[in-house]
Amino acid sequence: MTVGRNAASITLLTASGAVDAIQRGELGAAELFEAYRAAAAGDQLNAYLWVADDAPAPVPEGAPLAGVPLAVKDLFCTEGVPSQAGSKILEGYRPPYTASVVAELAAAGAPLLGKTNQDEFAMGSSNENSAFGPVLNPWDRTRVPGGSSGGSAAAVAAGSAPWAIGTDTGGSIRQPAALCGIVGLKPTYGTASRYGMIAFASSLDQAGPLTRDVTDAALLLRHMVARDERDATSIGFPGTIELPRAESLKGIRLGVPEELSGESDVGIEAGVLDAFNATLTLAESLGATIETCHLPHAPHALSAYYVLAPAEASSNLARYDGVRYGARVEDGGLVGMYTKTRSQGFGREVKRRIMLGTYSLSSGYYDAYYGRAQRVRTKIADDFRTAFESFDFVVTPTAPSVAFELGAKTADPLAMYLNDYCTVPMSLAGIPAISIPNGLSEGLPTGFQLCGPAFSENRVLEAAYALEQAIGFDAAGGRTDV
Amino acid sequence: MTSEFEPVIGLEIHVQLSTRTKMFCGCALSFGEPPNTLTCPVCLGLPGTLPRANAQAIHYGLMIGLALGSDLAPRSIFHRKNYFYPDLPKGYQISQYDEPLCRGGSLGDVRIHRVHLEEDAAKLIHAGSSGRIHGSDASVVDFNRGGTPLMEIVTEPDIPSPEAARATANHLKDILRAIGVSEADMEKGQLRCDANVSIRNPDGSFGTKTELKNMNSFRFVERGINAEIARQEALLRAGGQVVQETLHFDPQTERITSLRSKEEAHDYRYFPEPDLVPVATSAQMLAAARAAMPELPAAREQRLQSLGVSAASARQLAWRTELGDYFEAALAGDGAEPQPLANWVCNELVARVGEDDPNASKVTPDALAKLVALVGRKAVTVGNAKLVLDRLVAEGGDPAAIVAAEGLGAMAGGDEALEPIV
Repeated sequence: MTVGRNAASITLLTASGAVDAIQRGELGAAELFEAYRAAAAGDQLNAYLWVADDAPAPVPEGAPLAGVPLAVKDLFCTEGVPSQAGSKILEGYRPPYTASVVAELAAAGAPLLGKTNQDEFAMGSSNENSAFGPVLNPWDRTRVPGGSSGGSAAAVAAGSAPWAIGTDTGGSIRQPAALCGIVGLKPTYGTASRYGMIAFASSLDQAGPLTRDVTDAALLLRHMVARDERDATSIGFPGTIELPRAESLKGIRLGVPEELSGESDVGIEAGVLDAFNATLTLAESLGATIETCHLPHAPHALSAYYVLAPAEASSNLARYDGVRYGARVEDGGLVGMYTKTRSQGFGREVKRRIMLGTYSLSSGYYDAYYGRAQRVRTKIADDFRTAFESFDFVVTPTAPSVAFELGAKTADPLAMYLNDYCTVPMSLAGIPAISIPNGLSEGLPTGFQLCGPAFSENRVLEAAYALEQAIGFDAAGGRTDV
Repeated sequence: MTSEFEPVIGLEIHVQLSTRTKMFCGCALSFGEPPNTLTCPVCLGLPGTLPRANAQAIHYGLMIGLALGSDLAPRSIFHRKNYFYPDLPKGYQISQYDEPLCRGGSLGDVRIHRVHLEEDAAKLIHAGSSGRIHGSDASVVDFNRGGTPLMEIVTEPDIPSPEAARATANHLKDILRAIGVSEADMEKGQLRCDANVSIRNPDGSFGTKTELKNMNSFRFVERGINAEIARQEALLRAGGQVVQETLHFDPQTERITSLRSKEEAHDYRYFPEPDLVPVATSAQMLAAARAAMPELPAAREQRLQSLGVSAASARQLAWRTELGDYFEAALAGDGAEPQPLANWVCNELVARVGEDDPNASKVTPDALAKLVALVGRKAVTVGNAKLVLDRLVAEGGDPAAIVAAEGLGAMAGGDEALEPIV
């Protein structure tokens, strides 16, 4: 420990700030790790399911991330460390290998700080579907942090992790980032490897950063994107992810889709809309032009998503059968073992989606549901392509509401699904989207979403950075270390 | 079989490809290794793992398509076939559904419906006296086999008899071996045969078909189908109706038992495999497949006949690749006429080397050619030539030298009238 400096102040540094400090010799990586390790171990938000016991192996000289520790969502396989996807059916499961993205980040100098809590198998928008208890929002502990990457978001917002990775299938990075007042980015589908990510919906799942600011998101993303031999759907990123510097939005055309912005009957809270509109005004002052755009099929995105994602999930989760790993409940026979193991091992929301998915793939229903949903998906992707002919970015509020109270939406699955209304279209289209905190509504953070064409991450980051600087969001309300 | 009932038979044949690694991961293929020693997170279906398509398997698939004269799809995709069973680690098999690698083609007179790629299931071993699931206390799974590349070849219901079914399966085996994509040994489980069997209705339409699964020798294929046809005939004669079901033929008892009925038939909920990209068969891939194709047996048979080899010898030489290779090597040497040489290869040589590869024997193609030439010039009698061949097989060497050393030369101008020429 450096004499005269307490742990609290070094955790105030952003991840990039810490990287700089370590590279300048002002801070030791081991010291930083220990400060965060202690903070994570002392977490009261139930954000962590596992925290490192010891210091990691020393980071190689010149590693670009300099040893700044990383919180990792539970569903990323980490060799020898519990990787449970928030589920009882994998309770205590320790994989024999590490997810490609986690290995890449560790090699770049971001060692594993802890595994964060999440909605079970990434299914949820509040982290109330975890088999290991809900996560509390650091801004207000009677409220949810969002989901499914609720633990990662809460940890970063609270300051017990400098940065984190999560996964986003229909909004599971962006929405919790918005509810927790931090930055969350879902990159273009295929840029980050899915190998080692316990799968929910294969054609939608993407790993991405949850960070305190846009610069940290860019830095982390830079070391997450790469083509991976082990993932046939991975193409990597053409070029490098740059650290953003833009101060102006001059010449930038922002499109506000009427279907997703509150003019339609979407149920976006007034406070969220106010913050959104304030950000639009700010954007104009930075030189952007704002116009209405149209995504005519966007109102069907949620329905299409809740056919496609559960369908893929019903197949991806078939392997949890008690035969080779995870929980097993014996029943004297095969079918009994399958039934008991899965009935007891899966939570209600997971079971609901498996059943939905099985139904929509079943004989006689495939064309009406799965087939149709795929066609709607293509239409949505086309809508964005058309919009991007006239606009640089499409912008929306990230989530329809601020953080809601624990238990407020658990009785009604549809009410819970509506949390994804504004984020799902970008997932279906496979395009990059970022959420940045843009204000408070009744003391709780709101999020602003900005998305661009496939592989436009650098431009998205620049625009987000410029706005972030102008917004000047104060994240202190979420921090537990100030 | 009475002629009032016309059997209609189609075959579904699964072939294990002899690639270096499994269909969707880098594990080596198994040849009797200890259980669960050739596995990895992917073929064990561990959480978070993803498949990668084996390019060599696709290459072999294209070669099979070429050999069968099929249409090779410019684009084909993988589908998931979903069901629960302990030998299926992911709870689904990656296979192909409505966009297979190859469509159409033929195997002799039998039309091919489709050919597609998929992965093999693991091996279930039931601990009990019969080795079958009924009556066993426990089952264990060996995942070595899981993930082995399979080609599924489905014929149209063009096969008119159990004998023809056996011949068709044999024909396929010969082709697969000739092009080198599989050993196709049924006893090793490298070729597995299911049959769809029905009796044609009096009005000419198809009767209800049953599926006869996993007959694991060519003999059992014939006997099994025979037994099933007999069973269906007896049913129909008694005024009953054939029920669509999946059946098992027990070669010991010759009995047919039901495995599952239509009501229990699986709904596999096929959907395109989202973890794999479509296979786009490029011009280069096609060229590579064509370049890798050896001359197929049927073509070789015709070519040999055009050289003057008798039909019977040409067939034998064309369909036993190593024998044909030996013959053509001998023919390239000097002196021997094609038909006499073919005769000696197909009869005298085969009698002495049996099933072994003649190219590995001590009698070189050149030596045999020289020997046959000597017989042709009447420098040695047929009877003595056989003795020389015995020496060659035992010790190798040069026929003329052996003839001289052992005094086996024919009397000049003497005995040609005495020895019948074979």
